[in-house]
Amino acid sequence: MLLIHCPYCDETLPEVEFTYAGEAHIARPENPSAVSDEEWEAFLFLRENVKGNHYERWRHAHGCGRFFNAVRNTITDKFLTTYEAGAPRPALETLTENGK
Amino acid sequence: MTAHANILTPGTLADTAAARVTVTAAPGRLSLRARGDLSALETALGVTLPAKIGSRAQANGIEALCLGPDEWVLLTAPENVAAVEAAGAAAYEAHPHSLVDISGRETTVAIDGPRAVDLLTLGLARDPETVAAGEGRRTFFDGQTVILWRDAESKFRIDMWHSFAPHLLGLLETGCRELAAETL
Ligand SMILES: [Zn+2]
Repeated sequence: MLLIHCPYCDETLPEVEFTYAGEAHIARPENPSAVSDEEWEAFLFLRENVKGNHYERWRHAHGCGRFFNAVRNTITDKFLTTYEAGAPRPALETLTENGK
Repeated sequence: MTAHANILTPGTLADTAAARVTVTAAPGRLSLRARGDLSALETALGVTLPAKIGSRAQANGIEALCLGPDEWVLLTAPENVAAVEAAGAAAYEAHPHSLVDISGRETTVAIDGPRAVDLLTLGLARDPETVAAGEGRRTFFDGQTVILWRDAESKFRIDMWHSFAPHLLGLLETGCRELAAETL
């Protein structure tokens, strides 16, 4: 079982308390009726599907209830970091330096 | 009001050398959601809302547990619920919030005894020792969201939604007997 650090609870807890919620930093267009079909399609369906370090959303569903973001390596399942929703995307170099 | 098939009568469910499981009399329960400067609300309710998730406060006949960054559960005597709601309503202009009576939703069991912590590990995903005495958490117990209160080292309460109670209480009851049957 994965252990996930909730940035709101500031505790590292078993995966079963959490639910996965897809790729992070996908902003809904401010005015959906103003965007083209292609832009709307991209918002709804097009995802990076990264093999490696993936910015993704999780929700502490059986805990504080909050959505937050994480960087997880999709090959090793290792979490590099978790951070509050709305916080800027942390640069990958700051998470992986020194060969970690 | 809808009659609920799973509301259990208060009473002792299991009492062994390991632990005791008791369905408690139902308290009044309210769900509070609020953000920002809470002082107007705290003055109205007469209780300081704990800011840290998992921490508790008790004053003015209200027991408050912080469940999330903007969420608390308030316990009070059933006859006091209307007064708490009225106090919240009076402070609504000063501090908009949501305060909802959820008294009809949950069953509470009290668990105590020398092996209460071991009993909890039957269904709890997290380590019970990470919840200190005097704290509480919303967490996951054998497939269900519950609120766990740790009142003392080996004294707990679990709030669960009525419909899950027969399942969870069955597990706790079996666990009590299993732990008592163990030769250490
Ligand atoms: Zn959390």
